[in-house]
Amino acid sequence: MNSSQVNRIKDTAFKFFAIACTFFGLLVLAVLLYDILSKGLTRIDWDFIVNLPSRRAANAGIYTALLGMIWILILTVIIAFPIGIAAGIYLQEYGKKNRFANIIEINIANLAGVPSIIYGILGLELFGRILGLGNSILTGSLTLSLLVLPLIIVSTREAIKAVPSSIREAAYGLGATKWQTIYSIVLPSSFGGILTGLILAISRAVGETAPLIVIGALVYVPFAPTNPMDEFTVLTIQIFNWVTRPQAGFVTNAAAAIIILLLFTFMMNGIAVVLRNRYNKKTRF
Amino acid sequence: MQKLEARNVNLFYGEKQALKDISLGIDPNTVTAFIGPSGCGKSTFLRCFNRMNDLIDNVKITGDILIDGRNIYKSKINVDEHRKKIGMVFQKPNPFPKSIYENVAFGLRIKGIKNRTILDETVERSLKQAALWEEVKDDLKKSALSLSGGQQQRLCIARTMAVEPSVILMDEPASALDPLSTAKIEELIYELKSKYTIVIVTHNMQQAARISDKTAFFYLGELIEYNATTTIFTNPKKEQTHNYITGRFG
Repeated sequence: MNSSQVNRIKDTAFKFFAIACTFFGLLVLAVLLYDILSKGLTRIDWDFIVNLPSRRAANAGIYTALLGMIWILILTVIIAFPIGIAAGIYLQEYGKKNRFANIIEINIANLAGVPSIIYGILGLELFGRILGLGNSILTGSLTLSLLVLPLIIVSTREAIKAVPSSIREAAYGLGATKWQTIYSIVLPSSFGGILTGLILAISRAVGETAPLIVIGALVYVPFAPTNPMDEFTVLTIQIFNWVTRPQAGFVTNAAAAIIILLLFTFMMNGIAVVLRNRYNKKTRF
Repeated sequence: MQKLEARNVNLFYGEKQALKDISLGIDPNTVTAFIGPSGCGKSTFLRCFNRMNDLIDNVKITGDILIDGRNIYKSKINVDEHRKKIGMVFQKPNPFPKSIYENVAFGLRIKGIKNRTILDETVERSLKQAALWEEVKDDLKKSALSLSGGQQQRLCIARTMAVEPSVILMDEPASALDPLSTAKIEELIYELKSKYTIVIVTHNMQQAARISDKTAFFYLGELIEYNATTTIFTNPKKEQTHNYITGRFG
């Protein structure tokens, strides 16, 4: 056997290995989806969505958890998006490229990898205790904002970096100020990329449980939150609570809640893909 | 008075000196060509006139550059306002990812002009000046990126003229274009001379000979020779110029 034959065999072997890996991932996902759907799909009805939690599995619903999640998300978006995008713009467009900038850059990348429970402990101490916000929706949102900020900053920077310098020069050449160039040329051109980062950040925030448990989100909330200072729970905590109950009915409830959460995440990702494609089409260089 | 004047301009990229003691003057309503081999500093020098080099970190410039007698590096001028008077057309067409209309209107919008009539008129006039109007008048809403390279470059020229500068700097404006588009751009430059002072960097010697009144030859960051174009091409005073235009190097 000569070396080219060996190489061809290696080539084919790697191809099948890659296919096997792909199918392994898909298989796990399929099993998971089948398991959840078979357990929970029949449990989902309108009552399940609008009912308050209950001791009896058959009466329990996810109303408060769903509302809590939406509250948390909206506040997180309001807090984290402007700060994250502005910080990304500053670092990429205004900040001098020196050692200090390098240190900041490395640290932001590191922050994105810090375990989320650490953010929970920080949030508990800083927002819950020192600022006296307690275990409120606001504390939860601020904590999650810290968690997703590095994601938003990094993706904003990457998106801005991808805008070719030639069109910036064109704007400056016409006498545009820095802000005019950023606002009317750079941001619209990088909008697709920034948006992707934002949606990823939302998806991350939706999936977080640990930091919210640490800051003291409740597991049983028999009322719908009405303002940012209310106590709250979210869907992931509700699911966590239900799966730890011994009664079979709650396991079904958990599966149903997981389906709702999945639907929500799919929807967010779907919106992201549609928006990104639309903007990328407009701003292809 | 000379429109543009450079006095003893030196430019450094960090430690490396890219321009060495360059002085020259450019008369109003003329076309001046900067020629020379790649890396000779002609583009860098061109970008001194609208302070484009400010955008690059670590650039240091000494000497004076005067426009209409005003020193743009010494006196406290507003760079953005200054750039509105000095238009620039780049090597590669660089339209904004916006509609044709918005590309041309951009310069007015950043001045805060919102009046629809003024915008419409300026867009039409500029596109006509750039000889693009007939080709695009029916789809001004179309993305500028859907135009061909030559059309994009004329759009960039229209965009530059919309802000009514008195000087237009062109950095190899036809190097990325096919011969037909190049011919159109050259024709355009010839027509624009009556209204603007044009400085053009080019690698194409025939182009310099065809369109320019005066030619400056740069080599290794120095201005070797600056004279009437006919003199440069028929009777150069310096050996290096002669070698370059006859194609011995570069």
